[in-house]
Amino acid sequence: MNLLVATDRSFDSCLKCTACSSSCPVAAVLPDFPGPKQCGPDGERLRLKSRDFLDVALKYCTGCKRCEVACPSDVQISDIIAQAKVKYGEDKFRLREFLLSHTDLMGALTRGSADLVNKLTGTSVVKFAMDKTLGIDRRRQFPAYARQSFRSWYKQVEEKQHIYARQISYFHGCYVNFNAPELGQDLVTVLNAMDIGVKLLAKEKCCGVPLVANGFHKKARSHAEFNTRACHTALKQGSECIVSTSSSCAHMLREDYPAMLGQSEQQVHEHIIFITRFLSHEFQLGNKPEMKPVRLKVGYHSPCHLIRSRGVLHTLNILREIPGLELHQLDSNCCGIAGTYGFKKENYTTSQEIGQPLFDQIEAGEFDYIVTDCETCKMQIEMSTSLQVLHPVTLLAMGMSRGK
Amino acid sequence: MRRMEADVVVIGGGATGASVFRDCSLRGMQAILVERGDIASGTTGRNHGLLHSGARYAVTDSHSARECISENKILKQIAGHCVEATDGLFISLPEDGLDFQQQFMQGCADAGIHAQELSPKQALQLEPAVNPALIGAVRIPDGTIDPFRLTSATILDAREHGGALLNYNRAEGLLIEQGRVQGVRCRDLRNGEQFEIRCQAVVNASGAWCHEIMEYADLSVDMYHSRGALLIMGHRMNGMVINRCRKPGDADILVPGDTVSVIGTTSTHVGRDELETLEVTADEVKTLLQEGSKLAPSMLDARILRAYCGVRPLVAESSSGGDRSISRGLVAIDHGEQDGLPGLVTITGGKLMTCRLMAEVATDKVARLLNISVPCETASRPLPGAHLPEPIGRKMRQGQSRYRLPDSSLPNSIAGSAVYRHGDRARSFMQEDDHHNNAVVCECEVVTRGEILYAIETLNARSMSDLRRRTRVGMGPCQGEMCACRVAGLLASQQENGDEVLGSLQDFVNERWKGIRPVLWGDALRESEFSYWVQESLLGLSSLQPEGKAEDNRDLYHEL
Repeated sequence: MNLLVATDRSFDSCLKCTACSSSCPVAAVLPDFPGPKQCGPDGERLRLKSRDFLDVALKYCTGCKRCEVACPSDVQISDIIAQAKVKYGEDKFRLREFLLSHTDLMGALTRGSADLVNKLTGTSVVKFAMDKTLGIDRRRQFPAYARQSFRSWYKQVEEKQHIYARQISYFHGCYVNFNAPELGQDLVTVLNAMDIGVKLLAKEKCCGVPLVANGFHKKARSHAEFNTRACHTALKQGSECIVSTSSSCAHMLREDYPAMLGQSEQQVHEHIIFITRFLSHEFQLGNKPEMKPVRLKVGYHSPCHLIRSRGVLHTLNILREIPGLELHQLDSNCCGIAGTYGFKKENYTTSQEIGQPLFDQIEAGEFDYIVTDCETCKMQIEMSTSLQVLHPVTLLAMGMSRGK
Repeated sequence: MRRMEADVVVIGGGATGASVFRDCSLRGMQAILVERGDIASGTTGRNHGLLHSGARYAVTDSHSARECISENKILKQIAGHCVEATDGLFISLPEDGLDFQQQFMQGCADAGIHAQELSPKQALQLEPAVNPALIGAVRIPDGTIDPFRLTSATILDAREHGGALLNYNRAEGLLIEQGRVQGVRCRDLRNGEQFEIRCQAVVNASGAWCHEIMEYADLSVDMYHSRGALLIMGHRMNGMVINRCRKPGDADILVPGDTVSVIGTTSTHVGRDELETLEVTADEVKTLLQEGSKLAPSMLDARILRAYCGVRPLVAESSSGGDRSISRGLVAIDHGEQDGLPGLVTITGGKLMTCRLMAEVATDKVARLLNISVPCETASRPLPGAHLPEPIGRKMRQGQSRYRLPDSSLPNSIAGSAVYRHGDRARSFMQEDDHHNNAVVCECEVVTRGEILYAIETLNARSMSDLRRRTRVGMGPCQGEMCACRVAGLLASQQENGDEVLGSLQDFVNERWKGIRPVLWGDALRESEFSYWVQESLLGLSSLQPEGKAEDNRDLYHEL
């Protein structure tokens, strides 16, 4: 994402075929949104003429990148729209955007008071207040904070990681650290069973996805520089690669950092891998943890950013290795939450309408669980359906524990 | 034979003819404009769209320079919705040296053109697209002008003051009786009907074709036809006009016009017999790119939409030198005085920039013939639509847009584009809750259904290409791929003759193709393939044509 470099010129290659607009989940449910073609390549030509021709409706873009997947001309549509949001947006500080996007800061602030915060964000009074004062929709369920962060749990297992023959580093991200340390724990279990030790980066900051989505680009860039340095050090200290269990973090680290920071650190960015790609490769080479049949029927939901990173196949590959698993691939349909997008009051309805076909399919499927790689997809599906959502790594760990 | 009557008949619907038409109408004369094709379909529509400051002529032709700066200021006042005061740069590259810059500054000072010398760094700051190798720059009040809309607004004003426009009518002869011109014999090219217009004066404003009208009266003029080729880039690469600070040469002006940038021109002589068959050559394209990229290096990897060329109607005054040394000044001839044939005035030479001035000179001559003493008002009276929210040049408040529909909640991409093209007249076709008519028909240039209907009903558009000239429909990157058939449907809903609309759709597609052919590589090639697939394979466009015409279409496409 060329946020601080000169304007992305890929819009010149647009053939006006509208494949992007016909694949846009927002345009399908929101008549006021003119779609990625008009907000992206078409709109960019108008905005270059004069900012007078800005269509403010581009703020409804969720950044799901399905348009970029559809585009036969490799136009970076979603990036063009994201850039336009920054370049032409109001340069005004917004508390809501700040709170929603600074996921690492919020996580750190709730340390030690997770129970209280979870209780508070769950009460209707607080929800009402956040709705009225901040514009965070009161119907939205907040992710619960964990009592113990992943990093502090990790200290217990840090010592024994050295016994494994190979070492990799894990970029856990804000969600695993503050909300879902059990996913990180599952990862350590799975990798250890494959004779791979898990290290953490000396320190990590939010990958920057929510920052970019909410207009904090300078901050995102400084995070990118910080994380790149940390990854660089980890590689130098013997890690084979850096893995991430979040499809969005991984996409940001691997695909958007180079555009943001230039090609000089390409070597580092190339070594950042989404976990299922790593595992699928290992499985193929025969390095597979032992698992017993799980006898579960699950529906797999492919997250938009994993589709964009061409990673869905790898997740399916590893899921197919779990014995006894009845795997159903759900129709490719954005869940609608799009990170922080669905938390905002003005987007709530759009968000839910986008996801409705998915929710219906899930409810009709008689699944035991839904599986997906993305934490915000999980939040959305758990809030909007009656099912619990698991990460593929968690499912692997379940297979292993049943095996024990 | 049908007969009409008027005070004045103006032949030629380019910028000059339109301006004469307006001037006559404003002075109270009953005027009829006869144009064999559509308005602005000749030289007017085939130039750079540069609102000259006159700086380009400051060293070589001081008289033209003075005319330009004076008209520049007038057009900014009366035609705010047809021009953009972008300002321009004259840059010196290492190979040019700075000697010319000194002469240039002096020339500008002499002609009264405000010129400000800038350091290379200042120039790059003002215009990031400029070649960073520059060694000097001068800022001058160049701008951009849309010749189609200027002509259209001028004609609209004339019609609102009693004038009548007859487009697609050809003047086939002059009625000469008792030693003076008493009218024009015309033919309606749509139904073949012949008719006469009786009048007291005829103004020959047919530009590059003015010799043809003069031949009707056995008169002649020594025209020098100079052809210039230009390229249209896919987007607006530069915010300011960029010129080379040297003696005028090939491809030394890059003009940001509307959503695109235009690089030009070349200059080669063409014979009279070649006026109707102008194609841009590969050599011209090469020259334009090579030289143009010295102004703005990013041109080399930018998409090119199309190439076109036009013919300058220069009047040869001497036999020495190439055409760039011939004055671009206007030539007005009262044939009563010069040739003993009263009732005929020829106005030619000149340039788009001076169309209003040319019209004033010509109309003064006509007024003398008709004994009319009403003074010319065209320099101060705004064109229809020219009342924009704020006067040009004054800085807008933060977040305030110059191109906006007051109190409108429509997206600015839609409402702003309509105001950009039609000024305050946009209100007449853009209603707040009229979702049907606010639907976008041409997505590249954001033309709505309402704007198309307005152009048909109010601006005399009769064909697809007419609509393009008035609204920019089909002028974006897809060159009509997506909008052509939608627009044809709208046109057919307003006209009785379906065959005529099909024919005009066919002409439109072929005309777009003609401009793409010289630049058929990269994205333009991909786009053409896709257009062919959509229009031919999917919609079967040529199979819809009336018999006979279908063949032409296939021939053109087969060259792909």
